[in-house]
Amino acid sequence: MTTWEAVIGIETHVELQTASKMFCGCPVDFGDEPNTAVCPVCLALPGALPVANEAAIEGILSIGDALNCTLTETSLFYRKNYFYPDLPKNYQISQYTFPLCVDGHMDIDVDGEAVRIGITRVHMEEDTGKSLHAGASGRIHGADSTLLDFNRAGVPLVEVVSEPDIRSAAEARAYGTELQHIVRALGVSDAKLEEGSMRFDANVSIRPAGSDTLGTRTEVKNVNSLRSLQQAIDFETQRQIEVLDGGGTVSQETRHWNEGSGVTTLMRSKEESEDYRYFQEPDLLPLFIDKEWRERVHARRPELPADKRARFIELGADAETAALLVDAADLAGLYEGAVEGGADPRTIGNWVTGEVVAYLRRNETTIDATGLGAPDLVELAAMTGDGSLSATAAKEVLARVLAGEGTPGAVAERRDLLQISDAGEIERAVDAVLAENDDAVDKIRAGDMKPVGFLVGQVMKATGGKADPKIVQELVRSKVDQ
Amino acid sequence: MTDLADLTILDAGAGLRAGDFTAVDLLSANLRRAAVTESHLHAYLVIDRDGATEAARAADEALAAGVDDRPLLGIPIALKDNMVTRGVETTASSQILAGWRPPYDGTAVARLRDGGAVIVGKTNLDEFAMGSSTENSAYGPTRNPWDTDTVPGGSSGGSAAAVAAGSAMGGFGSDTGGSIRQPASLTGTVGVKPTYGLVSRYGLIAFASSLDQIGPIGRTVADAATLLEAVAGWDRLDATSYRGDVPRISGSLDGGVAGLRIGVVTELSGEGIDPQVLEATRATVDRLSDAGAAVVEVSLPSTEYALSAYYLIAPAECSANLARFDAVRYGLRVEGDNVEEMMASTRGAGFGPEVIRRILLGTYALSAGYYDAFYGQAQRVRTLVRQDFAAAYEDVDVLVSPTSPTTAFPVGARATDPIAMYYSDVCTIPSNLSGEPAMSVPVALDDAGLPIGFQVMAPALGEEVMFRVAAEVERDAGFSARAPLASSEVVEA
Repeated sequence: MTTWEAVIGIETHVELQTASKMFCGCPVDFGDEPNTAVCPVCLALPGALPVANEAAIEGILSIGDALNCTLTETSLFYRKNYFYPDLPKNYQISQYTFPLCVDGHMDIDVDGEAVRIGITRVHMEEDTGKSLHAGASGRIHGADSTLLDFNRAGVPLVEVVSEPDIRSAAEARAYGTELQHIVRALGVSDAKLEEGSMRFDANVSIRPAGSDTLGTRTEVKNVNSLRSLQQAIDFETQRQIEVLDGGGTVSQETRHWNEGSGVTTLMRSKEESEDYRYFQEPDLLPLFIDKEWRERVHARRPELPADKRARFIELGADAETAALLVDAADLAGLYEGAVEGGADPRTIGNWVTGEVVAYLRRNETTIDATGLGAPDLVELAAMTGDGSLSATAAKEVLARVLAGEGTPGAVAERRDLLQISDAGEIERAVDAVLAENDDAVDKIRAGDMKPVGFLVGQVMKATGGKADPKIVQELVRSKVDQ
Repeated sequence: MTDLADLTILDAGAGLRAGDFTAVDLLSANLRRAAVTESHLHAYLVIDRDGATEAARAADEALAAGVDDRPLLGIPIALKDNMVTRGVETTASSQILAGWRPPYDGTAVARLRDGGAVIVGKTNLDEFAMGSSTENSAYGPTRNPWDTDTVPGGSSGGSAAAVAAGSAMGGFGSDTGGSIRQPASLTGTVGVKPTYGLVSRYGLIAFASSLDQIGPIGRTVADAATLLEAVAGWDRLDATSYRGDVPRISGSLDGGVAGLRIGVVTELSGEGIDPQVLEATRATVDRLSDAGAAVVEVSLPSTEYALSAYYLIAPAECSANLARFDAVRYGLRVEGDNVEEMMASTRGAGFGPEVIRRILLGTYALSAGYYDAFYGQAQRVRTLVRQDFAAAYEDVDVLVSPTSPTTAFPVGARATDPIAMYYSDVCTIPSNLSGEPAMSVPVALDDAGLPIGFQVMAPALGEEVMFRVAAEVERDAGFSARAPLASSEVVEA
């Protein structure tokens, strides 16, 4: 049997959260009542004209810069022609030749190894409106009626096209995740897959492992989460392998990912594909991105996820913690603050990715809404460090601080959770226990160490569990030896 | 006593300021004229009597309140019906927009209102400005006030006819391949296509975006200058509008042509041009020479291909520009069993044959496999046209030619022969392809008593010198004839 290798390229659409739309002054606001964030331009009334939004151009340049692209000096807009009711002009203003950003790359981590994925281009376009199909099918054909909301029409949309450098569904997921983190780190989009502000199309083909030719590809659409990106590619790869192993041929077509049934189905064949009749948009002048602008964008580049991860690992976080923190700015801030405040990175990492994340999920809240700040974590770590709080008690204190009960010190005091680390007090308790258990003491002195645990337990019981077990054990041993 | 409807804009403005008459009087004169002429001409699709009266009253109040030097204050103006007017039905002469009342004013319209102009109504055009005779209107043709058996030219034939007849003192049209200049030529008026980008296109229903330009139609060169100045200048709503200073035009109309170099375009001086038109053109050039201009002959070799290139570029752009008329958001809707059927049926029913022809041509020219041979090649010709003009303007200040190869032709004469109709714009199209300004000035009548226009072309933003030459042409020609129908007393079956 032939061993097959998948060849995958991904097209990603990202909506930019600019103040206004791509070609008019309407607000970018998805919470509005349908058809209220509209004007003659985004409704394509006769006579209306587009004017490009500079903030959106700046946003796409920052994405291109973060993906190590060349920022094109002279860039052109094109009209992409096709009829669809949610596309008001029945052409989309997009880019074709001379897109804003070309020839970049992104490094992703696959099982601890860095893999470089080429970025073909990053270009600017505009979003469509939203169709709501009433009736059985949920799609336009067979619907009883269709309602249109044009609030989204004209929202700036960035398309990132990768090279076919991805070799597995897991790599594809890693690529999608990293791109999402980068876009969020740049602050240009919330990149929420479930809300459609980030969307993927995957181009999938297979070839004999080691071959350098390309097989016939299919394009998989309707992938609405990172998990389904992986599942859809896995399915599609396997489907193509079965077709070829069975002596068939893969045909070039667009396929629809069905989330429910977990399969891809034919959407349209190559013959049915549209001729978009691209031509240069005469209503917009060429965009000139001068050196100064390109340099300004580069200078403003924030710390990117890869750099941030490396820095957290340097601070002492493990890879998993670093990965988690990179996608959660608030948690990362908490972590950084606590570690910079002198707390042990591993302890903080465990708390933040463990108790804190669990608490936030359970209560569906954000860190800002809780009582926890970095200084609290520093204080809590100091208390466990000096033995005044046990690991178990620390978790309880943390939960109560999160719930807003106060600082760790105050909570531990009020809840009577502090360990007895006063040697004198523990010593008195040890003495009392030893005095009442002569048999055990004798056995130990005879060389049978088993009763040590029993005696420690008795002391812990006598102190209500607040004595530091380490100190107790040391005292028991030394006193028996005397 | 002169009928107020026959005054020039400059004289009417002076009369208003002197208190000789009111803006309401002026409007009434134009409306009286329309009442007589419209049954013969059909220049207007809509006369907005109420809106115009309100604007005229407001102008009178402003005049009464004191000094107000807005040149168009109280002046009745006609607008081509592809200019979007808030609340006033705007159809571009198409069934597909029947009944559409825009929720906004285009920039030029807004500037006219701000300038105190009185908008009389919306004038007829070839549907979506596609045509050269104003016969391609879904609402019936417009006729020429010089001879109602002939066409007024097009596509801005309604505005040209209204200005020539006196049912407005000035008008605006749009010029994509000659649609202001050719009807001006055929109606004995002055028509101007400004430099591309000088007048905002925001609110002009697009035909071919890279060629369309709004411009004025007046009875004199000075009136046309006044009209143009009222609307010219940068607009943040049109990304292709020119950001620099607007050329000063009306201040230097009396400057004369002494010392100017004038180029006569070889390719537009012979074959295909009516002999009487050629003769009038030669006579005009001779007079310019007498007035002190140096006249040379200049060749624009690519002119030969300009018409063909135009009929690929303009349809290609229109095929996308007219895609928005899909029955979804506004305009005509013909129901269908599914959305494609609804769109297709609506477009089939709503667009006239010439519009459909151009959409098909343009769609074909942009299609995969044909793009390079058609649209790509046409764009290369466009570059050559620009280069030819640029080379010519190194040696001359302006270029001149006839505006139209013929005078007004009979209604129906070219209606079934698209190629013959397209040839009407052979002299005007090159300036649209180059984006440079050009205007038509009436210079004579032919044997049939129909006006002949003379075209003056200038380099980009050369409106000042173009108007100066046009003003000299106007003075020297002494053309003062008025259309026979331009009377408030015509009563004819």
